[in-house]
Amino acid sequence: MNEYILYPGCSMEGSAKAYNDSLNMIKGILGIKLNEIDDWNCCGATEYVGLNLIPAYSLIARNLALAASQFPANSTVVAPCSACYLNLEKADYYMAERPSLGTKVNEALDAGGLHYTPGSVQIRHLLDVIINDVGLDAIKNKVKKPLSGLRVAPYLGCMVPRPDYQRRWSDFEQPTELDDVLKALGADVIEFPLKTSCCGGHMTQIGPETAYELIRRLVSTALEHKAHIMVTVCPMCQMNLDAYQSEANRYFGTNYHMPIVFFTQLMALAFGKNPSESGFGMELTSAKDALAHISSEVLPNTPNVQNKSEGLPMPSARLRKKPGK
Amino acid sequence: MTSSAVTEQLGAGLRKHEDLTLLHEVSIATAGVSHLEMCIQCGSCGGSCPSAADMDHTPRMIFAMLRAGMRDDILRSNTPWVCVSCYHCVVRCPQLVHIPDVMYTLKGMAISANLFKDSNAPDFAQSFVGFVENFGRSFEFGLASRHYLKHYPLRLPGMANMGLGMLTSNRMNMLPKRIKNIEQLKLILSKAKTLELTS
Repeated sequence: MNEYILYPGCSMEGSAKAYNDSLNMIKGILGIKLNEIDDWNCCGATEYVGLNLIPAYSLIARNLALAASQFPANSTVVAPCSACYLNLEKADYYMAERPSLGTKVNEALDAGGLHYTPGSVQIRHLLDVIINDVGLDAIKNKVKKPLSGLRVAPYLGCMVPRPDYQRRWSDFEQPTELDDVLKALGADVIEFPLKTSCCGGHMTQIGPETAYELIRRLVSTALEHKAHIMVTVCPMCQMNLDAYQSEANRYFGTNYHMPIVFFTQLMALAFGKNPSESGFGMELTSAKDALAHISSEVLPNTPNVQNKSEGLPMPSARLRKKPGK
Repeated sequence: MTSSAVTEQLGAGLRKHEDLTLLHEVSIATAGVSHLEMCIQCGSCGGSCPSAADMDHTPRMIFAMLRAGMRDDILRSNTPWVCVSCYHCVVRCPQLVHIPDVMYTLKGMAISANLFKDSNAPDFAQSFVGFVENFGRSFEFGLASRHYLKHYPLRLPGMANMGLGMLTSNRMNMLPKRIKNIEQLKLILSKAKTLELTS
């Protein structure tokens, strides 16, 4: 059992409830124990830093200080939300890179009886923990209903692979971690060139036309690659593409219907949970038709035998597949 | 530079003596080590930017303007507000400039100087932060309703379906959540507001 400190972030209790519910379904199966930071506060998203620097970093650092003091035996904080992950990581990194920032933030924390020494905790994204600590083989072993037939576009968004202060990801712009997890679930993963392009971020609120264009690019490219569904790791990406897709359609006079769900939802589904247990049904751009493409049934409960690796290097399954599928 | 050389340059048509005060001011006020002084004007930032088309100035232009001391033009520009924090520019910048962080600094300066005339974006940030400072958590429902009523009343009919969808699918809480130790957070934030990065 791998144990971590959990920083859920505000959206897990609101717009990303499907992420939260599906994570709760799979964490036991994956052997992950998540201990939530008691009385955590909002990370400030991308808004507070633009108003007032020291308060913004103090807001973030209160969470780091609480994590370090509440869990002296554990030092890894897991954040499922990309913006939270980046903010926590950034505060920890910049407080060390710019000692005067660290000093001022601690001066503020001191007013609340707290202190944070940069480097006391490591901040990791949920996907990082799942692929690197749990591992692809363990994931494959838990699959009861392979997602074969479902063409998925892996969509990471920006703030997980960039700026990547600690070099945890395979690439800034074309990382493969999410693809690998989805392949392990048996899904048909498309090569999605925009996998780390922007969803529009807060522009859906303050400059919708800018955001609509970014949403249109993502959705139309996924469709061009014949994806049935997009899969993300970020509550902001999910919210923008899911909830604002109809607005973007109205703006451009288009008729896209590209559902987007969290990777944990597909994991739950592949582990044999039914769609409603996996958080499906909460998306505003319904994923119901997409899920109908899954051709497999739930496998009978037999001991899972690992595939032997093939003797000679073979082209990947995706390349061998006949065109026209 | 000697004062006679400056006079000579200004006499020859240079409109302004190079004054790096603004560049340093922004660099120092930015989190981390901004590397702003290292910009070589290659334009990788603007070329990588998904929202550059909607910006008054590309990031590269903003950095040149900082060097030229064009304070008011910069603080009137929509550029920092249109930045989507995607960090494409950061990972492509050969000089490791903390570009989005510089944009955050410029937003704060633009609000203080009250030069950015579109109130929409600063208002959104201020409403968001207002909820966070009072509850310790963000409050999507309050933020969205307030923001749309004030800035996008005409979008409301279109948004009603979505809002209803968010509510009925249990994705939006009607009431904000408050952290237990909000007093501690308020103490921290009010102390923090008296502090800024000066060196």
